[in-house]
Amino acid sequence: MPALVVQWIVALVMLVGAFFILLASIGLLRMPDLFLRMSATSKAGTLGAGLLLVGTIVHFWDFSITTRTVATIIFLLLTSPVAAHLIARAAYFDGVPLWEGTRRDDLRGHYHTSTHTLDSVVRPAPDTEIPEMEGDDFPEEG
Amino acid sequence: MMLDVLWSAILVMLSAAFVLAFIRLVRGPRLPDRVIALDLLTIVVMGFIIVYAVRSGQAAFLDVAIILALISFVGTAAFAYYIERRV
Repeated sequence: MPALVVQWIVALVMLVGAFFILLASIGLLRMPDLFLRMSATSKAGTLGAGLLLVGTIVHFWDFSITTRTVATIIFLLLTSPVAAHLIARAAYFDGVPLWEGTRRDDLRGHYHTSTHTLDSVVRPAPDTEIPEMEGDDFPEEG
Repeated sequence: MMLDVLWSAILVMLSAAFVLAFIRLVRGPRLPDRVIALDLLTIVVMGFIIVYAVRSGQAAFLDVAIILALISFVGTAAFAYYIERRV
């Protein structure tokens, strides 16, 4: 059993980590749109899990456990954005509706719906449904 | 003792996160919503396993967390591939 101060540090770090995971799930439930939900879960969830693992490092303070835990943190930091991007891309093709308060959709018309490749020229294919948005794409400032 | 209260608070937070993510998993209007809810559920379960490893002093449970992170990534990638090919 580590010293009392170390136990307190571990408990506090892991409390912050659990709090961030709770924030991620609140964001997942309350955000209005798939992409906003993903921005809440992928960032806060990774940070929370990373903080829990940091608490583990401080608690055990052993070389082999530290290497395993650091490997897990690096793995999480590498794979979480990749997974989020994969799901967001697939959902965009799937036609997931955006939040009605969305001001700009920079990808609109840039994706070939048949070949799933990006194109810098905006060319709406006849079979694509481009949602009409209220107001300007570029809101005037001032 | 204060430390026990702190650990209970950690477990309560993780349980609440599990319940909220599960509500989104059940409700989630489309398939991608359910996939990201599953992703967050995996992270919450990883948190439970890590807390249990620290509380019980058994470092072997950390390997389960590593495997869970791996499976979660592969599962999300497979779901993304399926959703993109489905259209």
